[in-house]
Amino acid sequence: MKQQELIPHLFRTEYRKIVSVLCKRFGFDQIETAEDIAADTFLAASQTWPYNGIPQNPVAWLYFVAKNKAKNHLQRNLVFESKVSDELKRSSDEADETEVDLSPQNINDSQLQMMFAICQPSIPPEAQIGLSLRILCGFGIGEIADAFLSNKETINKRLFRAKEKLREENSKIEFPGASEIDERLATVLTTLYLLFNEGYYSSSQDTIIRKDLCDEAMRLCTMLVENKLTGKPEVNALLALMCFQASRFDARIDQNGELVLYDDQDTNLWDPELISKGAYFLNCATTGNTLSKYHIQAAIAYWGTQKADTQEKWESILQLYNQLLQIEYSPVAALNRTYALSKTIGKEAAIIEAEKLKLINNHFYYALLGELYTSIDNHIAREHFQNALALARTQTDKQAIQKKIDSLT
Amino acid sequence: MDEYALIMRHEDGSKIASPEQMQIWMKQTMDWIGGIAAQNKFVGGTGLLFADAKVVHHNKMVTDGPFGEIKETIGGFITVRAESAEEAAEFAKGCPVLQGEGNTMEVRRIHKNEGRH
Repeated sequence: MKQQELIPHLFRTEYRKIVSVLCKRFGFDQIETAEDIAADTFLAASQTWPYNGIPQNPVAWLYFVAKNKAKNHLQRNLVFESKVSDELKRSSDEADETEVDLSPQNINDSQLQMMFAICQPSIPPEAQIGLSLRILCGFGIGEIADAFLSNKETINKRLFRAKEKLREENSKIEFPGASEIDERLATVLTTLYLLFNEGYYSSSQDTIIRKDLCDEAMRLCTMLVENKLTGKPEVNALLALMCFQASRFDARIDQNGELVLYDDQDTNLWDPELISKGAYFLNCATTGNTLSKYHIQAAIAYWGTQKADTQEKWESILQLYNQLLQIEYSPVAALNRTYALSKTIGKEAAIIEAEKLKLINNHFYYALLGELYTSIDNHIAREHFQNALALARTQTDKQAIQKKIDSLT
Repeated sequence: MDEYALIMRHEDGSKIASPEQMQIWMKQTMDWIGGIAAQNKFVGGTGLLFADAKVVHHNKMVTDGPFGEIKETIGGFITVRAESAEEAAEFAKGCPVLQGEGNTMEVRRIHKNEGRH
């Protein structure tokens, strides 16, 4: 019996396409119907394919079934509407009204437009990420809960509230107008970067899920890059940044799921393909006059792909952080800048700068001080690392700090 | 050798898993069937769709179902060849449906019309 091999993640991939298209067709207020029809389609597949074999063209099979289910739904609605409202003006083009367009173009557009519909500042960032995972990435509630180290009930509530909010605001699944595209795009990019970071820095021990999140963020960002309307320099820069960071994904976690710090990473595990992809997109990002925070972060990440400790490297990183902090301050950037400073002017001088930051609630602040004091005054270093350990929230961070303490003696 | 029906019983057929989960279960079902077929013990099988399912009651009333009023639904069945009910039960143990808490597999010998052919 010749059994066709099924594409990994096929259901997940097709789920998000079908949901986006149907949701655009029905309107955002009927998003649950779109989700139900998509889920029913896969249920039907999983109940027939094991016995009849996988169809020659599984995707076409899925679309055919989804279209029919959508058609039935729309026809029921038409009957209902005409009975209730006495308006029969629709009858002539009823056939067209129940057709669902699952062409590659419409699938692509619907997904991009859905991205804009979901990434709204009116709902909290974690809800934007959750909805993105559900609708744009086709994750199940349980999978989202695993990624967030939460439970299904919490995630369900969060997504329900977010959908309600978007419905109230009458969120439209369409491209924003030319005048507001930059502003709206900024929100989309923020969400995509958060999604990426959720995977890259997440405390979830499940490496596969974490890698999936990074891949999904990069996939969505690639869609934006490839579209004429949205393929702007800062979008290319964000994709470059993600590529550079993702190139170290396998090197920064060891077999036990423990964090491997940059200095200890095996560069053979860095992904050269992603590094050159990053360089390509960073190059694409330099068309135009904009210098966004993503440009700077991508440039910093580029230096991260050069392992050798050169004066040029750290001087460049320092200057980039100086620039980044001017565009947008963040504690992490301030701490990283100080680390770069220590690499250029030495630890003693950097300690003076570091102590000015006074980020006393941030465990990275104490970790940095511990790092800087190491081999200058190990006693003080230990105190700082212990403060860091007390403030660290994730198991991965705690393990990394404990290792530092253990190596102090 | 006798033939046995291995019937998959779901506690709640309306419980919808994630697309990824469904694909994983489907692959497991195919591998399960493939493993039995590799021993030349697989006879046939079919899935039963939940979509458009109906229940006809004793008063001839027809309802959409079987969700809600009935606790268990049948998701599908396969037919296998086995020397004994025990061997058939061994096959049933591999069915991924059993990963769902409350789900069961029913093993039933298929009646043969002996002496008629």
